[in-house]
Amino acid sequence: MKVFVCIKQVPGVSEVKIDPKTNTLVREGIPSIINPHDKHAIELGISIKEEYGGEVIALSMGPPQAEKALREVLSMGVDKAYLLTDRAFAGADTLATSHTLALAIKKLLKETNVEQKYIVICGTQAIDGDTAQVGPELAEELNIPQITYVLKFRLEEDDKVIVERAFRTEEVVEIETRLPVLVSVVKEINVPRMPGVQGIVNAYQNKEVIYLNADDIGADKSEIGLNGSMTEVWKIFIPEKKVDHVVLTGTIDEMVRELCINLHDDKVI
Amino acid sequence: MDFGLTEKQIMIRKITREFAEKHIAPVAEESDRVSELDPNVMEKMKEMNYFGTCIPEEYGGAGLHNDTIAFAICTEEIGRVDASWSITTGVHCSVCTYPIYRFGNDEQKEKFLIPLAKGEKIGAFCLTEANAGSDAGGVQLTAEKEGDEYILNGSKIFATNGGIAGTLLVVAKSGEINSRKQLTIFIVDTDTPGYSVGVKEDKLGVRASNTSELVFQDVRVPEENILGGLSNGFRLGLQILDFGRITIAAQCLGLAQGCLEASVKYSNEREQFGTKIGKFQGIQWKIADMTTDVESARLLTYKAAWMCDQKMDYGLSGSMAKLVASEAAMKAAHQAVQIHGGYGLMKAYPVERFFRDAKMGEYAVVSAA
Repeated sequence: MKVFVCIKQVPGVSEVKIDPKTNTLVREGIPSIINPHDKHAIELGISIKEEYGGEVIALSMGPPQAEKALREVLSMGVDKAYLLTDRAFAGADTLATSHTLALAIKKLLKETNVEQKYIVICGTQAIDGDTAQVGPELAEELNIPQITYVLKFRLEEDDKVIVERAFRTEEVVEIETRLPVLVSVVKEINVPRMPGVQGIVNAYQNKEVIYLNADDIGADKSEIGLNGSMTEVWKIFIPEKKVDHVVLTGTIDEMVRELCINLHDDKVI
Repeated sequence: MDFGLTEKQIMIRKITREFAEKHIAPVAEESDRVSELDPNVMEKMKEMNYFGTCIPEEYGGAGLHNDTIAFAICTEEIGRVDASWSITTGVHCSVCTYPIYRFGNDEQKEKFLIPLAKGEKIGAFCLTEANAGSDAGGVQLTAEKEGDEYILNGSKIFATNGGIAGTLLVVAKSGEINSRKQLTIFIVDTDTPGYSVGVKEDKLGVRASNTSELVFQDVRVPEENILGGLSNGFRLGLQILDFGRITIAAQCLGLAQGCLEASVKYSNEREQFGTKIGKFQGIQWKIADMTTDVESARLLTYKAAWMCDQKMDYGLSGSMAKLVASEAAMKAAHQAVQIHGGYGLMKAYPVERFFRDAKMGEYAVVSAA
């Protein structure tokens, strides 16, 4: 069984800075990290391998620097890593990204002749773009079932997948399907392991990050990168803070009264 | 000449720093208070392979036996948040586990090295006695041959990890040739009858690290436990200390770095006379000096580690690294407390602990007096 995990390298900050002239993210001096959700995806991938066997393959699309992120997940216990890097991939929106990832997965599946039994795992969303679209789009590209916001995952009878899906915390549903499947995971699913020193040494000495370009995955240049993107970024900006929030204190009656007065004054009621 | 670290070394620093900040730093103050290593951290340290850092994977280690710089980085990063843990794993690895890897035979590696590298047993190096230590030749603990065993009698003091160790390297006087004292190193399992742990020292600093007196009363050790040959103890002991000095240098370097970062952080937060104290040149001078000292210590420490990996004679470099790094740590700790003012005396700030911990580096693995 192949377990594919898609990861993204993102800027390691909670508050991004935007260059007002170019409308692009300021990346200088900001360390890159593995998208936090994706670490949970990796952890799920490795734990599936530990419990049911198989091979965990990490994929990332990005510049050559993203190799560092792949080395880190190799340290955690991922078996193989592929970096999709090519100038032609640049400027991709979620559609072009998922198309590129899908081509790579299809290529790897074809090479190993395991067309049916595989799992693709993604983090729900990335902290930079925050779209939560790549996972679902990738499932569509691969034409396999998808379950998003996965909180628990188990396999039965070789290919039956049973997951708990938590779109809202108060609303957890159990879903069953059969492999192949794509799941996108929430942070609550597990605690990502830290790679030990032995894992790191192995990742650099005994494992490799394989680079794939557009030709390697047989991509049509019109369907990848900026050319293959259906959306266009007009402007990136930090929303202006227009109003301050107010914390009311006192007894419930006092707070309700004050709230009503405020709502009235603000012409909400 | 290349001063850059490898990608692997950079990753080891990143992960060790994350680990130390997440798991060691939050309990360091409490461990210092109760003078005990935290058992949960102990388990996590084993999982992370910090007890087998410089041992090949085939013996249960992490595989950094040819990358002493990476080993130094681990020790440094742990030392950046807690000198006690840094000295515990540092001593375990450098002067017990690594010597068995380097000088031990296949049977000894199989029997002793694997449990040590996995952290199932803790290791200690026992040289210091009431009248011996920096003067390694002054050892009085005796090893008398009887059949195919040696009988050990005497005591050791100030043994780092002594009270928690499962395997010891014991430097003993095994006889005299032409009235010259012969020293031999024995691998001793602490389960051996006649062995006991004496006083656990109550120390100024590195309080969570175990420092104990060890008593040997007719401890029978099989001949096959001799490390690196009979009467080779003095020569071997000096080589073991050479490697140990790189470790202490790295530990002190980490402590100095921790002091520097704490000082920068505090200087950018604390306001007096209507401005951040970091704006005052008096504070800036201190921080500039600390930064220079830390960088000097780092260069010397990594250079000694690099020479070790190049199979060059690194004895002198290691000694200089240890001297400079231990002094850098002491100076940085002093200045860090100064910068923190009265708060520097309070346990709410880690520099109080750093200040007490820093002194140890000047004595460990031969005094730098």
